[in-house]
Amino acid sequence: MNKTIINIKGLSKLYGGKEVLKSISLTVNEGDTVVLIGPSGTGKSTLLRCINLLTRPDGGEIWLEDQEITQQGIDEENVRAHIGMVFQDFLLFNHLSALGNVMIGLTKVLKTPKDVARERAYRELEYVGLSEHADKYPGQLSGGQKQRVAIARALAMDPRVMLFDEPTSALDPELIGEVLETMKRLANEGMTMVCVTHEMGFAREVADKIVFMENGVIVEEGSPEKMFNEAKIPRTREFLWKITELYGHKKEKE
Amino acid sequence: MLLDIATYILLGAEVTLSVIVIALPIGFFLGLSLSLLRVYGGKGLSTIVAGYSTVMRGIPPIVMLFVLYFVIAGAINISPLWAGAISLAVISSAYQLEIFRGALQSISGGQMMAAQAIGMHRSQAILHVILPQALRVAIPSWSNEVAIIIKDSSLVYALGVPEILRRAQFMSASTYQPFLAYGIAALFYFILTFGAGRLLDLIEKRMNIPGAALER
Repeated sequence: MNKTIINIKGLSKLYGGKEVLKSISLTVNEGDTVVLIGPSGTGKSTLLRCINLLTRPDGGEIWLEDQEITQQGIDEENVRAHIGMVFQDFLLFNHLSALGNVMIGLTKVLKTPKDVARERAYRELEYVGLSEHADKYPGQLSGGQKQRVAIARALAMDPRVMLFDEPTSALDPELIGEVLETMKRLANEGMTMVCVTHEMGFAREVADKIVFMENGVIVEEGSPEKMFNEAKIPRTREFLWKITELYGHKKEKE
Repeated sequence: MLLDIATYILLGAEVTLSVIVIALPIGFFLGLSLSLLRVYGGKGLSTIVAGYSTVMRGIPPIVMLFVLYFVIAGAINISPLWAGAISLAVISSAYQLEIFRGALQSISGGQMMAAQAIGMHRSQAILHVILPQALRVAIPSWSNEVAIIIKDSSLVYALGVPEILRRAQFMSASTYQPFLAYGIAALFYFILTFGAGRLLDLIEKRMNIPGAALER
């Protein structure tokens, strides 16, 4: 069995007295792709943000390999530097070129010499198929290209795990494919990934585990075959049926 | 005659320019630092800075100039030129603080989050991600404040500093040519503000981020 990269134990998070995460436990093994699904407002994004400490949980523990990252006095920046995050709305640094966006973490956080960083950043852009757009600024790129730069920016840091927070939700339908292709390739090459997404085609194809969340708890989790074909809980079946149908309609429209 | 008056008045140019060159950078760094405290300094500091801004902007510059001048000159041995210039800087810092605060707040919170997500400290994120964008946003309003400092530098005439306006006033009284004397002073200030404005327009264009206009 693969070693565990992320181990979440009894995680809880309160927002203004409301419990948005209720004692969540989840493990992510090395090389696995875990897909989080569920209605909006059920705490999927909050869970991702807790994993890289952008949000501080109120209870429970998160372990990154053999280190408890939720312990007091942890070097949060160092933890985040080793966890890649891709956001729904890209969040590229607007004043930097594509290359600059990928370089800045190397030069400012890892203190890599500029020429080494430039080379590395260029290779990451090549990986996501954007080397000829290296000098373009975010305002000159399409949504799909922006998101691929964001993936390259995260990859440049050599992350132990990549977190994707609805990476295709803000994209025009015809641009979703290029981002999903990049993600599939990453997953197939053994990157450990946790993705919040409703792209069921992607989930079926590359997920090792699908986790269905609702109202701050994990309702059910399992392999794609199990979840799609023989989910035990009626609510899981209902939800999966609904989004699969929605996804199908989207396909038809194209 | 015209030449004599003009020569006499323009001999004050050096003093006026000195006042501006002292007041502008001090006001800039003070205003920028205060704006960072205002936006990122936490509740306590933010409230104090907000109070400073409100008080400073609620008093006419000339009154504030006298108050600060006598405070500064009373505390340390300092020339009226320096005391006046520093006073102007302090007054301007309140306005610049508001300019930079607005610019900082116009940068979406997502930029900070993305910077932190790649492992930057808050201070690194502010320095490398937020400020480079906010300063660009601030240029047009800041350019306006530069014009105000150039014009307000004439207020130090009230402290007896022999700058352009003071000299124009003297010429007006001694030659009975007020229109000529003040006209020369007016022209001098206009050329300065106009020149500074063009220069900052140029800088704004130079700093423009390619494609940024498309995104708004």
